[in-house]
Amino acid sequence: MVLLKALTLIFSADREVIFIAMTSLSLAVASTIVSMIPALLLGTLLSIKKFRGKSIIIVFLNSLMALPTVVIGLMIYSIISRSGPLGGLRLLFTPWGIIIGQSILSFPIIASLIYSALSDIRPELPETLNSFGVTGIRKLYMIFRESRTAVLSAILSGFGRIIGEVGVSMMLGGNIRWYTRTITTTIALETSRGEFELALAMGLILIFISLSVNTLLHLGVKSHG
Amino acid sequence: MKKIKFLLFIFIITAVYTLNCFAEGQLEKPARLRLATTTSTENTGLLDTLLPAFTKNTGIKVDVIAVGTGKAITLGENGDVDLIMVHARSKEDKFISDGYGVNRRDLMHNDFIILGPPDDPAGISGYNSASEAMEMISGNKSNFISRGDDSGTHTREKELWTTAGITPSGTWYKEAGQGMGAVITMADDLEAYTLSDRGTFLSMKDKTDLIVLVEGDNNLFNPYGVIAVNPALYEGVNYEGAMRLIAFLTSAEGQSIIGNFRKNGEQLFYPDVIK
Repeated sequence: MVLLKALTLIFSADREVIFIAMTSLSLAVASTIVSMIPALLLGTLLSIKKFRGKSIIIVFLNSLMALPTVVIGLMIYSIISRSGPLGGLRLLFTPWGIIIGQSILSFPIIASLIYSALSDIRPELPETLNSFGVTGIRKLYMIFRESRTAVLSAILSGFGRIIGEVGVSMMLGGNIRWYTRTITTTIALETSRGEFELALAMGLILIFISLSVNTLLHLGVKSHG
Repeated sequence: MKKIKFLLFIFIITAVYTLNCFAEGQLEKPARLRLATTTSTENTGLLDTLLPAFTKNTGIKVDVIAVGTGKAITLGENGDVDLIMVHARSKEDKFISDGYGVNRRDLMHNDFIILGPPDDPAGISGYNSASEAMEMISGNKSNFISRGDDSGTHTREKELWTTAGITPSGTWYKEAGQGMGAVITMADDLEAYTLSDRGTFLSMKDKTDLIVLVEGDNNLFNPYGVIAVNPALYEGVNYEGAMRLIAFLTSAEGQSIIGNFRKNGEQLFYPDVIK
């Protein structure tokens, strides 16, 4: 029954459902891209360089992964609220606010997964590259290339945490119809309205999206490898 | 590598495209108007009927942030919304006297009702006094679900307990911390009593076994007010838009939309300005 409803929702191409799904997807993609680059750099830096305070950063990153989404939402709220320091930018209750929160959410996950992947799988790789005289951007590129599966799954874990989260989207986006309403905030809303079937159907759509993104990326990497 | 590059390319294009759409939405003139309101006006679908008419008349898009009255007022105090539509007179008066709100208008009303399971274990059916009924519930230690979220309904519930001279505590008294719809669903599941606004109950009537047990007490009157956020407090508060929306809501057209709004064939809100 629920499955039927979900399928009807998807195939009836209801404008609002499509809009909501697209909002969720594009916010998650944008946030993943925003957090990906600094996270990749930090993760790699941690795995190939030795410096003071490194273990503190690693412990800190791992702890940040446990931070509830609403707490991140609250912290960003107090900064971008009009009564907060960045209030003048008017980021609250806009997609931008959500992107900030979600990027912060996925950053520690991607960074710390990259770190552990790189240091566990190929501890000798940086040395090897050094001995061949490969440095700088080229070296970074080689490292990522050699461990692309791990890099990809780190990014996908970050993406997964974001697309399924509700705290940040609700607090910073405000669940505004035709603007910042995402799949997860719709689920929360429909649940509170007692429309359980609709909520479950939206949940299935979320799984469908997540499945498609993961399959697509894995196929991309597989066929290449 | 080609494929990865291609996928990455698609990813970035999607992201840039959406960001662009969002940015266009942002820059749209006139600026968006933000209304913080209670879950009762949103969950019933009233705003989905009212606001499109306003947007059609004025071209102003309204962003609705549906939260409890307590949080709506906080959002107003922080300048994060341009106006609020709430239902807790004591809190509204404080909001205005503290200088956060200006130009409050009465908008509409309905009433609170005490809901309970059809077999009514505390035997409150037929009581006209809400606080007496609450006394019976607490005396019988029957399950009672409180909103517990500082909303307008929760504020009224606390006032009713105070009138009854009871400080509710014990396992029978459950503070849910959730919206009205969720609390009705919970009460239905736990065969518990709860206080609800009539609008939300009527809009959910086909999803619950709960019935109205106490109604009609003067203490159950539920008036909604609309208040603009004081533009002197924060720069960029859309005061003009807020006043235009208040003007529309209290106009003949707005009031008649409120009065004609039906859910499951029943009237949920009664206009207060033009009757």
